[in-house]
Amino acid sequence: MQIFHNANYNFIKWRWHALIVSLVVIWAGVATVFLRGGLPLGIDFTGGTVVMVEFSKPVGEDAVRNALGPIGSEAVVQRLVSSDATKTDIMIRLPLTKNQQTTLDEDAARIEQAIRSANIGEFIPLGKDLVGPTVGADLQRKGIWATLASLGGILLYVAFRFRLTFAIGAIVATFHDILITLVFLTWFHYDLSLNVIAAILTIAGYSVNDTIVVFDRVRENQKAARREPLDSIVNRSVNQTLGRTIITSGTTFLAVFALYLFGGEVLRGFAFTMIVGIITGTYSTVFIAAAIAIILSRRTPPTQVGVKAAEARRRRA
Amino acid sequence: MYKNLKWKLLAIVVVTLLAVWSFTPPSTKIRLGLDLRGGVHFVLAVQTDDALRLETETASEQLRAGLKDKGITVTTTPALTEFTVTGVSSPDDQQFRALADTLVSTAYNRDANGSGTYVFSMKPNVIVQTRADAVTQAVQTIERRVNELGVSEPIVAPYGSAGDQIIVQLPGTRDVARAKQIISNTALLELKIVEAGPSPDEASLLQSHNGQVPPDMEVVQGMVSSKDPSKAYYLVRKVAAVTGRDLRNARPTVDEYNAPAVSFTLNSDGAVKFGRVTRENINRQLAIILDNQVQSAPRIDSEINAEGRISGTFTQQEVQDLSLVLRSGALPAKLNYLEQREVGPTLGADSIRAGITASLIGLAAVTLFMLLYYRLAGINAFVSIALNLVILLGFMSYLGAVMTLPGIAGFVLTIGMGVDSNVLIFERIREELAAKKSARQAIAASFDRVFITIVDTHVSSIIAAAFLFQFGTGPIRGFATTLFFGLLSNVFTSVFVSRTLFEFILSRRPAGATQLSV
Repeated sequence: MQIFHNANYNFIKWRWHALIVSLVVIWAGVATVFLRGGLPLGIDFTGGTVVMVEFSKPVGEDAVRNALGPIGSEAVVQRLVSSDATKTDIMIRLPLTKNQQTTLDEDAARIEQAIRSANIGEFIPLGKDLVGPTVGADLQRKGIWATLASLGGILLYVAFRFRLTFAIGAIVATFHDILITLVFLTWFHYDLSLNVIAAILTIAGYSVNDTIVVFDRVRENQKAARREPLDSIVNRSVNQTLGRTIITSGTTFLAVFALYLFGGEVLRGFAFTMIVGIITGTYSTVFIAAAIAIILSRRTPPTQVGVKAAEARRRRA
Repeated sequence: MYKNLKWKLLAIVVVTLLAVWSFTPPSTKIRLGLDLRGGVHFVLAVQTDDALRLETETASEQLRAGLKDKGITVTTTPALTEFTVTGVSSPDDQQFRALADTLVSTAYNRDANGSGTYVFSMKPNVIVQTRADAVTQAVQTIERRVNELGVSEPIVAPYGSAGDQIIVQLPGTRDVARAKQIISNTALLELKIVEAGPSPDEASLLQSHNGQVPPDMEVVQGMVSSKDPSKAYYLVRKVAAVTGRDLRNARPTVDEYNAPAVSFTLNSDGAVKFGRVTRENINRQLAIILDNQVQSAPRIDSEINAEGRISGTFTQQEVQDLSLVLRSGALPAKLNYLEQREVGPTLGADSIRAGITASLIGLAAVTLFMLLYYRLAGINAFVSIALNLVILLGFMSYLGAVMTLPGIAGFVLTIGMGVDSNVLIFERIREELAAKKSARQAIAASFDRVFITIVDTHVSSIIAAAFLFQFGTGPIRGFATTLFFGLLSNVFTSVFVSRTLFEFILSRRPAGATQLSV
């Protein structure tokens, strides 16, 4: 069985169209984020209180929201998907406000008290998260640093193994994937939590991984056919690796989709992020990374250093 | 042709057995994180300023008292890291400097501001050291308290880059409020001689001292007695007769009214000090001060040496907890709770079940696809991916790494990476076979070529994982650890193991075979 037999699509022809489509999606996302007043940061980053409770009977989100009374207007009430249909898991999130008068402990107690006194059903507390403002700021800073540092590390490695324009292409494609993922997280109302950040960083690694496979093939083909123009080599390489790109993405998608369906509520945000990331990662590998590399290579003629270094390594091996 | 085949197969078997041995039995070898087993996680900040302030107050008081012994009276005003001495007359100047040099010059720099005023500021390295010591001491104290609480496998460790944070994880703890109380109770016990009081307000307390607090005394709030908890003020001596450091033991008991109380025993140093002070102050009151609150102020009837009792309005539970924190010593500074995460046992169990179900279903779906698409080579892929997971579990158990929910996500991603390597190889084999190479040549050429790609992709992912681990916190670290070792073992399984399996199959067929189920 084979999906692509001697695939020969002209991907490079479509590079400008692809770039425009991506830019439109990203701008639409930026507009959405702007209209909503910023990225949907979870309490990991804003600080605040999350209380998770399990009712022993079906209870609606609205009933809980009403039970919370005045707190209800600030809090986010969300029903979690539970394996047991006779029970209802509810998450109540109360972000830290600018003029926070109460301690987080008091917030959590107030939430539980309000639900208890509203008498909408017996419940047990499942879990509780209280994150102070300093921790939130600290995590935000660390999250950004972790992303930038790992991208920088990858940039250096790709530049060392291939050439700088390829590295830039890989990094642009990765940024593209991170942005698109953030856009979809915003559209589908997922909050940025630590788990989601971990997923985004995985996307970064995954996207680069995908891109490197194509670049690796470009490097190999370049040695075999010196005279062939770069865009034709790149196009051929993308086609040659197309089967692998699609199958790998498909199987990883299967694994992550299982995580999304069966992995439980806590991993759902993570799995959703991965699903979006895998799709955009595959798209960017085929359309964005190589396109950027070609566009940049035209402007700056290849120094041959990367190629020569690779050859020297080959000879030694 | 494949003469090392036996050794390669043996190596694979040995590695597999080592991995399995390292996580057997799984119930004890695989350590579950809080998110999977339930419990509570805190991040606390040590108010290291408290320690600095105490250090400065002690130094300034020491200097003032030393000068008083020599007949020199000065005023000291301590602040956070510096204290000012005023009122040094010029004839005393020489003597003052000499004494200051011997008493506080190791930790403080002295600046003369003219007209008998000196400013002593703490040396920068001493500030850093004092802060660090406060955190270390807090970690040790919390550890002792948590151990006495009887929590299994608690984690108490310095945390974060700021240098003043502590992480505390208590698996299986249900009574979070009590745990918090015990951890952050400063439990600073001081026994001080009462000079005046109890009085209902400060003004009447200071009447006999012309409304001024004498320099070697201080005002402390508290209760009139354990029977009368109305608010009262006491004027006490600044220097404590005995502090919590002089304690040998503390345990719950009852007082003469049969109310819960804490009895304590002093160590030998403490007993000598306490004996002297009580002997000299018979018929006066002794204030028992806990965290700057007078609990009671009993009259000293006779010399007391090693034993004492703290009465107050305690419940049975409070008395037990108070004995516990007194035994474990005082905290050097106040603690603030920055973060608190509670995971109930049901949520943890649900998460494990969901995580494992998802992983197994994912693995099954991927295997099914690989078998359909690559036929017999799909078995090859399944073996190398399953072995990858086994080795990863082995690594995690061997290193004592904690399995968390993001860690399970890391396992799922490892499946993805494993498939990717196999697909790369199989696709290449198909290409080589299409180029009319024999099966053996195709296998050799494909693995040689794809190895370079796999190294490149894995190294870049390992770089990402390493940075994640370095800069990440909590869940991100768990994920990074799993990903890191998953990638390492994947290079082994997808290249070495998979190739050996192919060679094993080919070794049983003629050298020129051109058919391969891939």
